[in-house]
Amino acid sequence: MNEEAPEIEFDRVTKSFPRTDESGGTFDAVRDLSFAVRRGELLAILGRTGCGKSTTFNLISGLLRPTSGRVTVQDRDPFMQFAWFRSKIGIVFQNDRLMPWRTAFQNVELGLELNKMEKDKRAEIVASWLARLGLKDHGNDFPHALSGGMRQRVSIARAFAIKPEILLCDEPFSALDEHTANALRDQFRVLLAETKATAIFITHSIEEALKLGGRLMVFERPARIVYEARLHADMTERDREDVRINIRRALAA
Amino acid sequence: MAGLAVAWQIASYFFPNFLFPTVPAIAERFLEIFVSLDTALDAFATGGRILLGLAGAFVLGGALAALMAQSSVFERYAYPLLSFNQGIPALSWVVIAIIWFRGIEFRIFFIMVMTTLPAFTFQLLDAYRAISNDLYEMTLSFRPSRFDLLRTLIWPAVLPGILTSWKVNLGNASRVVVVAELVGATGGVGYQLLLQQQVFDMAGAIAWTIVLVIFVLIVQSLITLIEIHALSYRAVSERHS
Repeated sequence: MNEEAPEIEFDRVTKSFPRTDESGGTFDAVRDLSFAVRRGELLAILGRTGCGKSTTFNLISGLLRPTSGRVTVQDRDPFMQFAWFRSKIGIVFQNDRLMPWRTAFQNVELGLELNKMEKDKRAEIVASWLARLGLKDHGNDFPHALSGGMRQRVSIARAFAIKPEILLCDEPFSALDEHTANALRDQFRVLLAETKATAIFITHSIEEALKLGGRLMVFERPARIVYEARLHADMTERDREDVRINIRRALAA
Repeated sequence: MAGLAVAWQIASYFFPNFLFPTVPAIAERFLEIFVSLDTALDAFATGGRILLGLAGAFVLGGALAALMAQSSVFERYAYPLLSFNQGIPALSWVVIAIIWFRGIEFRIFFIMVMTTLPAFTFQLLDAYRAISNDLYEMTLSFRPSRFDLLRTLIWPAVLPGILTSWKVNLGNASRVVVVAELVGATGGVGYQLLLQQQVFDMAGAIAWTIVLVIFVLIVQSLITLIEIHALSYRAVSERHS
């Protein structure tokens, strides 16, 4: 049994939003959700579109406040103590979200700049991340001059550059072609292992979740856990196939 | 422009000079404006009034836009008032300014601000509202201070809108300033145009109009230069280049 306090904890969390139609009511994107993530753990959350994965993600990152229940990250409320998490949480979004008026270098630099790091030091860090992600010669390019894969690598570098203790990834490779996504996924796993950050990876791809390893959860609308599994390096292909079948069943339910 | 000058010159052969003065006569009157210090100062005074009025309207309009963006209650009251203001003719503001204020320069400033403020407010509010929510959330994820959010996201995102609002309002202001200078100004392009009308001097009227147009073109070019420099990150399609 793990005696360490969880890094991220959801305790009977519900998040409701007002309906946009004329009914004037609300709907639950997340209902009575409880789970915990240990330090250094990689958790993949799977679910169909609209199952509340992104709402869960935004609750962890402190961009949303729960309607009821409690979200704690490192024993603090990420919404109420928003500024405390500066440089502690890195996010890789589904789309690259690069600032079009900043070069690739300046985009990677953003988090460090907002953390008030000295210019020389941040230039060194940014240059090293650009080199690691194969963007050494593209530092001065504006986003419009980069391919989709390159742009997403810039956004990954931006998230990792601040050395986050927690990394949140919202389907970061879903908009890329399979070849680029595979290459980036491999790179991402290496980086994650090196940094030892706690990571939550939202995906709708079963294969992606299986490739990432770690723990996985399947969500059903409104965000509640319908299946959970832990993947081990020494699992047989048969065991993996069982997990795959169970995920499919959970998603089809 | 050259075509217009040629057409005007041809027309001057067929109509009396007080209706269509020759192009050289207009050019001569134009040069005279800048030879005499008094008239040159009139031209610069009008330019200064336009820029000062626009600056005032920009600051006030920006403040109103910021308040409207922050408070829906404030917006609910301010929006109809600004829309109402947009319907008030410049000449009405001239009358109001004459009755309300004593100082001529302040009257002109007031008229310039009142006539260009709504457009600045609406354009700046639109530019702010057009900021991508994706970019906003991404920047927020780094937990910036309010100032850093303004510096790194809001300012660069609204800058194209600010430059466009200046270009649009510059044209409006150049039309309004002439009317505003009728509030008793003893100098300026509006005052000079009134003088030309009284002495029935078409060459002078056109020369002073050209002064105003050239001023607008110079400022427009400066804004375009800023735009080229500040918005150089934008992708340019080869088809449109």
